[in-house]
Amino acid sequence: MSALLEVEELQVSFGGRTAAVRGASFRVEKGETHCLVGESGCGKSVTALAVMSLLARGGQRSAKRMRFAGTDLMSLSDREMVRLRGNRIAMIFQEPMTSLNPAFTIGSQMAEVMTRHKGGTRAAALDRAAELMGRVGITAPGMRLGQFPHQLSGGLRQRVMIAMALMCDPELLIADEPTTALDVTVQAQILRLLAGLKRELGLSILLITHDLGIVARVADHVSVMYAGEVVERAPTAELFRAPQHPYTRGLLSCVPVPGRVQRDRPLGSIPGVVPAIGPGFAGCAFRSRCAHADETCTRTIPRRRAANAHDYLCRLEPDWAELQPA
Amino acid sequence: MTAAIEVENLRCEFRVHTGLMSAEKRVVAVDDVTFSVPAGSVLGIVGESGCGKSTLARLILGLLKPTGGGVLVDGKRLFDLDRKARARLIQPVFQDPFASLNPRRRIKDIVALPLAAQGTFSRAEIERRVGNILERVGLSAAMGERMPAQLSGGQRQRAAIARALVLEPRIVICDEPTSALDVSVQAQILNLLADLRRDLGLTYLFISHNLAVVEHVASEVAVMYLGRFVERNETDALFRTPRHPYTQALLQSVLTPEPGKGVPDIGLGDVMPDPSNIPPGCRFNPRCRIAVERCRHETPAPMVRQPRGMVECHLA
Ligand SMILES: Nc1ncnc2c1ncn2[C@@H]1O[C@H](COP(=O)(O)OP(=O)(O)OP(=O)(O)O)[C@@H](O)[C@H]1O
Ligand SMILES: Nc1ncnc2c1ncn2[C@@H]1O[C@H](COP(=O)(O)OP(=O)(O)OP(=O)(O)O)[C@@H](O)[C@H]1O
Ligand code: SF4
Ligand code: SF4
Ligand SMILES: [Mg+2]
Ligand SMILES: [Mg+2]
Repeated sequence: MSALLEVEELQVSFGGRTAAVRGASFRVEKGETHCLVGESGCGKSVTALAVMSLLARGGQRSAKRMRFAGTDLMSLSDREMVRLRGNRIAMIFQEPMTSLNPAFTIGSQMAEVMTRHKGGTRAAALDRAAELMGRVGITAPGMRLGQFPHQLSGGLRQRVMIAMALMCDPELLIADEPTTALDVTVQAQILRLLAGLKRELGLSILLITHDLGIVARVADHVSVMYAGEVVERAPTAELFRAPQHPYTRGLLSCVPVPGRVQRDRPLGSIPGVVPAIGPGFAGCAFRSRCAHADETCTRTIPRRRAANAHDYLCRLEPDWAELQPA
Repeated sequence: MTAAIEVENLRCEFRVHTGLMSAEKRVVAVDDVTFSVPAGSVLGIVGESGCGKSTLARLILGLLKPTGGGVLVDGKRLFDLDRKARARLIQPVFQDPFASLNPRRRIKDIVALPLAAQGTFSRAEIERRVGNILERVGLSAAMGERMPAQLSGGQRQRAAIARALVLEPRIVICDEPTSALDVSVQAQILNLLADLRRDLGLTYLFISHNLAVVEHVASEVAVMYLGRFVERNETDALFRTPRHPYTQALLQSVLTPEPGKGVPDIGLGDVMPDPSNIPPGCRFNPRCRIAVERCRHETPAPMVRQPRGMVECHLA
């Protein structure tokens, strides 16, 4: 398999103070769905924005390697990047309102993406927009094309964003929490749609989500992020079967499942919060919350191999959990 | 028991223009809804994207004027209260934290705003309360100094919750309060909301797409479809024996963390309902797998099932 997107040791900081991403590495193979999961604030969106070269002002990125379809993304000019974005790489942003312009109708915004990259008439672009809106389950596309973003419910806006991302037939779709605003029936429909595009068009997807249910059902590979690092990478079934990193294990243990919820008990969570991490931080960033931390966890942590394509960042040996008394 | 929220025959329509030549369409977002929420309880609302949940929330908050019907909050008519009194009584936590936080203010000033607007708190008191609530929602003092754009989605949602709770309102309308959060942080926030409810006797209206979360926090659950409550029941009963076919479809669509199972097709079809064109008869009939002829022309009346249970379906 060949990687469509390769990210190696990505670093992102803001104003030299916040180290938002600290050496994250992962690869999205052609035609696969790769999920990025992790705690709020761990750097998932910033990672995606760094790949797209869309970091907010003050954001600095560096990487040992960042390639898309063999092209070095770090060396592209702004103009070359503009040509790639929305075209060969499309992104669905976490907050749809930030990427929809409130002053223009849905139709004119969707048509603009297409005419900018692919040319053609506005009428043809609007036809394609209406077709894609139908595919993401929007009824009365004609009416919706004439509406402004604030007139749509959260879920409709998100479906518009998905349709807009597909306008130019991208090779890579980066989707940041694409279905969190949707109810579970529509979510299932959108995920089935994405799976169909992946199957039929070979679309590759980098999917950012907190929802481990989604991860389990759609991902081929998973990267788990914590405090700006990828702390565990594995094929999906393997990750759920034999998670190694204590953070991954904690995360998996607190997923509530309907019908199995214990209402009289608090919901399970990992105690504590992600520490503020400045430049020069060393050791494992999870140590203030980890039940297995010892003094070696303040030093450089090795990346260990648990199985084929499964590695993690922790002092503990593979399958440590089985060796521990319960 | 007194009701914290009473809603009677509430209706909300939007007029939508669809281009130059075409006629104006009427979107019925909330269609003659009646319910009440006992003080100190939690009503969970679930339903399809676009079915009118946020519109209902905005009506109860007095942010939208209903086309018909009325809302009583704490026994008082919503529109008889002045803005300050309303703010002390009822507060929102919205779905989209980015849109609801002023991008040009520091987090701690955003959280202080409801207190400052009351005009009755000293500077020192405001500072103390803001400090307390930021700590309770898990934001450090340093985070309080930042602008909204400098926080992650989850951190912004905590700020929105801090702002809603800083006045210690009696009623909180939560519209997707934790959908931007990972499971662990979500659990922390929900446990916090539960603690506050117990300690302060709060009432919540809790809108969420996450059924496990609703099952955990709600005393009662209402299922909304195309502007109406099609089923309502005590939480345990609703999850144990969902009666409405739409409720059943919702529960079947939940993705449990079981790899290899794929995404189920629960047979609702790919066509979404259109609130500007509500089908005659039962509004769910074009998508219902068990629909009979009667469903196509006769609207099901609300049927009381248990002391508090209700369902709108001919066959339930
Ligand atoms: N413009 C910015 N300036 C300073 N810090 C920032 C900026 N944008 C993000 N950060 C910080 O970078 C870290 C990572 O943020 P990011 O948005 O990537 O989190 P995330 O993993 O996407 O979280 P969530 O799941 O809550 O969306 C956070 O601590 C955040 O506060
Ligand atoms: N200002 C408005 N003008 C026109 N139509 C509107 C307006 N606000 C809401 N609507 C319409 O009313 C319907 C209900 O929207 P609402 O936002 O209440 O849905 P929702 O149940 O909250 O959905 P979601 O789960 O996606 O947030 C939608 O069809 C929406 O397009
Ligand atoms: S390196 Fe140490 S602190 Fe970090 S996860 Fe492993 S045991 Fe815990
Ligand atoms: S009334 Fe008929 S169409 Fe409506 S939900 Fe019941 S069975 Fe289905
Ligand atoms: Mg994010
Ligand atoms: Mg809504």
